[in-house]
Amino acid sequence: MKLELGKIPIHDVKFDSESRIEGNTLYLNQEELISHLMVDENIKSITIDVARPGDKTRIMPVKDVIEPRVKVSGKGQVFPGTLSKVETVGQGRTNVLKGMAVVTTGKIVGFQEGIIDMSGPGADYTPFSKLVNLVVVCEPVEGIDQHTHEKTVRIAGLRAAAYLGNLAKDIEAEEIETYETYTVKESMEKFPDLPRVAYVLMLQTQGLLHDTYVYGVDMKHSLPTIIYPTELMDGAIISGNCVSACDKNTTYHHLNNPVVEDLFKKHGKELNFVAVVITNENVYLDDKERSSDWTSKLVEFLDVDGVIISQEGFGNPDTDLIMNCKKIEAKGIKTVIITDEYAGRDGASQSLADADESANAVVTAGNANMVIELPPMDKVIGYQEVADVIAGGFAGSLKPDGSITAELQVIVGATNELGFNKLSAR
Amino acid sequence: MSKIRVVHYINQFFGQIGGEEKADHKPEAREGFVGPGMAFQASFKDKAEIVGTVICGDSYFNENIEAETEELLTMIETFKPDLFIAGPAFNAGRYGMACGSIAATVKEKLGIPALTGMYVENPGVDSFKSKVHIVSTKDSAAGMRDAIKKMAPLALKLALGEPIGSPEEEGYIPTGIRVNFFEEKRGSERAVEMLLKKLKGEEFTTEYPMPDFDRVDPSPAIKDITKATIALVTSGGIVPKGNPDRIESSSASKYAKYDIEGIDDLTAEEYETAHGGYDPVYANKDADRVLPVDVLREFGKEGKIGKLHRYFYTTTGNGTSVANAKKFAAAIAKELVSDGVDAVILTST
Repeated sequence: MKLELGKIPIHDVKFDSESRIEGNTLYLNQEELISHLMVDENIKSITIDVARPGDKTRIMPVKDVIEPRVKVSGKGQVFPGTLSKVETVGQGRTNVLKGMAVVTTGKIVGFQEGIIDMSGPGADYTPFSKLVNLVVVCEPVEGIDQHTHEKTVRIAGLRAAAYLGNLAKDIEAEEIETYETYTVKESMEKFPDLPRVAYVLMLQTQGLLHDTYVYGVDMKHSLPTIIYPTELMDGAIISGNCVSACDKNTTYHHLNNPVVEDLFKKHGKELNFVAVVITNENVYLDDKERSSDWTSKLVEFLDVDGVIISQEGFGNPDTDLIMNCKKIEAKGIKTVIITDEYAGRDGASQSLADADESANAVVTAGNANMVIELPPMDKVIGYQEVADVIAGGFAGSLKPDGSITAELQVIVGATNELGFNKLSAR
Repeated sequence: MSKIRVVHYINQFFGQIGGEEKADHKPEAREGFVGPGMAFQASFKDKAEIVGTVICGDSYFNENIEAETEELLTMIETFKPDLFIAGPAFNAGRYGMACGSIAATVKEKLGIPALTGMYVENPGVDSFKSKVHIVSTKDSAAGMRDAIKKMAPLALKLALGEPIGSPEEEGYIPTGIRVNFFEEKRGSERAVEMLLKKLKGEEFTTEYPMPDFDRVDPSPAIKDITKATIALVTSGGIVPKGNPDRIESSSASKYAKYDIEGIDDLTAEEYETAHGGYDPVYANKDADRVLPVDVLREFGKEGKIGKLHRYFYTTTGNGTSVANAKKFAAAIAKELVSDGVDAVILTST
């Protein structure tokens, strides 16, 4: 399966009477976008704002971050099964608006949503401070339950991203990058001497508000399965979760999965990137045993020599991570796992909730319990007062001057376990 | 900027006073550098200056640790240092203990950065690695040049308050304290490189060595459950509505204890969860789902158990460090035992 990504750099977003892309600027008719999103009867109001790198702006509580994309050729549309019809994506050409994102915020759904600071010390920890963010503040109607609230905001974000992506449908991309995965037999013939590598992508599925959708399927109801890496680039996997902000995979992360990108860089040269195996992180022991049995069985079936396993979340999913690692290593397949740590605010505690000696190759994305001081910002998009109750905050996190003292957990994507960042710990 | 003022600590041997026969040499302070201090000074170029050297015999120090630490501290303070360096001590045990002890004390009491160097098996390493940076050196003084090459730049970084890289990069012995820093490459790239090395059978370094994991054996069964007092303890975050003790939704710094005398059922009006790591909807509708007070009350009335303990204990397990969890558990267990509780039902989420 072959996909071309056409990259269109966006340097700024401006409001105008007609939505369009000119050069490297995206012009937006915000009334048009708002009425496009207001079709959902569960939405009471939508406001739109823009946050640029370096701005003294804080966005919170953030629910999702999404990169606008559009299918130019090839089957299907972006976000199949959730926003568009179910049809296998991942081939042809897709245009991408690089350098910008849609960020959804609004009244808090649970405890788990995070912060994006566009400048100051917090900005160093989130990749989204480097993007021009079109912020969609989405308020639900009174009286809807948390599950409906979460879904409403999730779909509104995807819808906004697709609307913006559509503006780039007929634009000639500045740069085109090609990704190709061969079938099992083809790749063996092409790269007979290269080690065969698969990627086990663990998806957060601990329950409502902590879910991930694949072609519209709630992944906790699925057995582990195989997916082409390019399907991810067209939005086959989307985030429906509000797990702690630091190590949740936003939809932006799934579209730009760094393990996929870095395996492709060595594909055909130093290794043969065979497939992505997606699995879940359900809360029942039977599910954990079954799913880890299946991931190990699938990678054995693919006859791979090595596997990278990435986790999402912490604590309960630590057991899924260790089960996957242990069972795959037991089949004689070498593993590297990517995780993050909860070593306490002083860094002195044991970092994971489970351990096994076969997990001897670990990449860590840092200690999420580390305390960070976020200075006051000139502008807050969303609701700053939730600082004390979001995961990583504590009583007194928010000071009267608008500064926030909290654990790194509160920052969106800070300790991402796909290895998206450079942060680590020793 | 003016030069960084450095004080250096060495023993009688490196102070060129004598060997084992002079190990009882009493502490003395000298201006400028002595012995290995010369090489440190050369390495610092004009960025730092060794303004004083403090020398003490190994036996003398180790036999009078408390008094000597005080005396040495006073001598060191007189030089008004910005930075303190002890040793390196290589594999000399008593010298290592002295270097570790003084460096840790200077860091704590004078509030200035301190650094020492030792061979990884020196007993001073285990005692002081979590308190002060210890550069990993060879096991004998033949490794002096190599040691100074690693110690001098790290000392300057510490003095200037620059970020300290990983133990491998900087050459210090892992402190056992997990410290965040920015790597040169992103995590996914490091993972791919690590996997390629592992596949080729080449050496690689894990970024998180697996800990010795605690396995707890279950206690023996209760002999007569119909006479037992049973307590409920949860990490599922059930609290009276409004979370009066402000237990954190993640990474709890505390637990709380609540009286449930006369309460037969946890209602949505009175109780909720503070936990941020699971879907709170069902727990908020009926907190008995996480903390089964209703069922235990029934069992108590039916005589299936002795009785439910008057208090329940609660915290949030979400993102809470193992060290905090252990601390809570020890404190809760102590109270339960002294209150005559026979068994505990632990519920999570």
